[in-house]
Amino acid sequence: MRVITDIGFWGLGVVAVAAGAAVFYVDSMARATYALAVSFIAVGVQVLFLQQNYVGVVTILMMVMEMAIMAVYMVMFMGMNPALVPMSMVHSNKAALGVAAATFLFLAAGILLVDWPERTGSPPPDVTRALGEALMGPKMLVMAVISPVMVATIVAAVVLAAHRTRYDRFGDDLKRHTPDDAQPGGVGR
Amino acid sequence: MVEVLGMAGLESLDASVTVVGPGWAVLAVALLAGLVVAAAMLDGVLSARATGGPGGVTRPFGEAARLMRQRRRTTVAADNLLWRIGGACLFVTAALMVAVVPLGEWTIFDLDVGVMWFNAMDVTVWALIWLTGWGANSAHSLVGGYRFLAHGLGYELPLMFALVAPAIAAESLNVGAVAGAQEGLWFALWMPVAFGVYLLGVAAFSVWGPFAPALSADIAGGVRAELSGVDRLVFEAGRYALLAAGAAFAVPMFLGGGAGPLLPGWAWVLVKTVVLLALLVWVRRRLPAFRPDTFMEVGWLVLLPAVLVQDLVVAVVAVGKG
Repeated sequence: MRVITDIGFWGLGVVAVAAGAAVFYVDSMARATYALAVSFIAVGVQVLFLQQNYVGVVTILMMVMEMAIMAVYMVMFMGMNPALVPMSMVHSNKAALGVAAATFLFLAAGILLVDWPERTGSPPPDVTRALGEALMGPKMLVMAVISPVMVATIVAAVVLAAHRTRYDRFGDDLKRHTPDDAQPGGVGR
Repeated sequence: MVEVLGMAGLESLDASVTVVGPGWAVLAVALLAGLVVAAAMLDGVLSARATGGPGGVTRPFGEAARLMRQRRRTTVAADNLLWRIGGACLFVTAALMVAVVPLGEWTIFDLDVGVMWFNAMDVTVWALIWLTGWGANSAHSLVGGYRFLAHGLGYELPLMFALVAPAIAAESLNVGAVAGAQEGLWFALWMPVAFGVYLLGVAAFSVWGPFAPALSADIAGGVRAELSGVDRLVFEAGRYALLAAGAAFAVPMFLGGGAGPLLPGWAWVLVKTVVLLALLVWVRRRLPAFRPDTFMEVGWLVLLPAVLVQDLVVAVVAVGKG
């Protein structure tokens, strides 16, 4: 059993890295997007192997959804739609190669030079809870305060960036009953 | 060095559920296939009746035989890999959904976060339908793919929060534990909004009934415009399988699991699944289509607040009990 799970775990690692590399190798936005999704799914299943079930399933859920939404954006914002025809997934090759090589050497040096700590103790029965408490425990108040502030920031940014204001929608005296919108809505507009 | 541990869920988390060996997955897939055939037969009868004719029970078999003999249509510069993955994985996704559904006292995969698992699988359908639309390199099928994503942006969040309600009441994300928490009173009865939105979500991720504009005739069949032969058969089977998996998952989540008089638990699970599946098939011709361009506002201004209020009520009751 131990051997099978080991092979499964490292096999998924290979899939994750290969799919990640494929993102830059393929010549279509759709393939690149879903190669990235495959990479994340492999990582999510690896996290399941580590018994972080919630984190693993959420990783798969969020990443697949994110890639599907990316498919929406790539048609919305990619101008004359290079997204729909074959295109290269790389640019600034020389600079990128230099940065990649330097980063690899830096991280590899770190792995080789740092003394790794010896393991003390054993995993707690519920590793997800332990991880959550280690990450959030003393900072829960900060997290609880930051989330509404972040939502308010997003809403404010969208309101400020919007081309049309409430005066365009409801008239100069704001007395128009149904808003005048270019895009029809589903609940009475 | 990473300590690789065995997959959680090999030991049962809940005393009322027994984990069976992975070999039983074959039976689960066979049951799912049986539900697909039954649903297709019912739809055949209903569509024959809608056009005024009798019969229709054998329609799915005739259609399957026709599609299996049909020559595969090819299109210029199609992305065959993504196209085939999109169509073929719908059934696989449905099978992965039913893996966490206990059949009475037995379950194949007793995952502690089974509800999240189901949710992850239904999100995978977003990718698969869009890929099917993309792969053919045809404008109409791509438009269909985007119609589905437009619906998805509207239905997914209400569906997620509908799944939250039973989990809060049961204080567990384990499907067996949720089923076991409905002693005497089914969740469908005291959280009807969540149940209704859940069923809407099932129709949506099966591209069914009011959520079928992604496949509609005004865009030459949409996502499946270029699908032919076995590919089309597999795609249609996948849609029915998703519908059946959605109905099966509703049983432990909202309908008390295997609870019921006289019959054993597994029989009740099947009976409830079949009834719900029949309802979903029947509803296909009873509801108007939701327009993809306007449904998002319905989802976010009507369904989402309604489900959130439902979650709040459930949470208050759960806290009151605890």
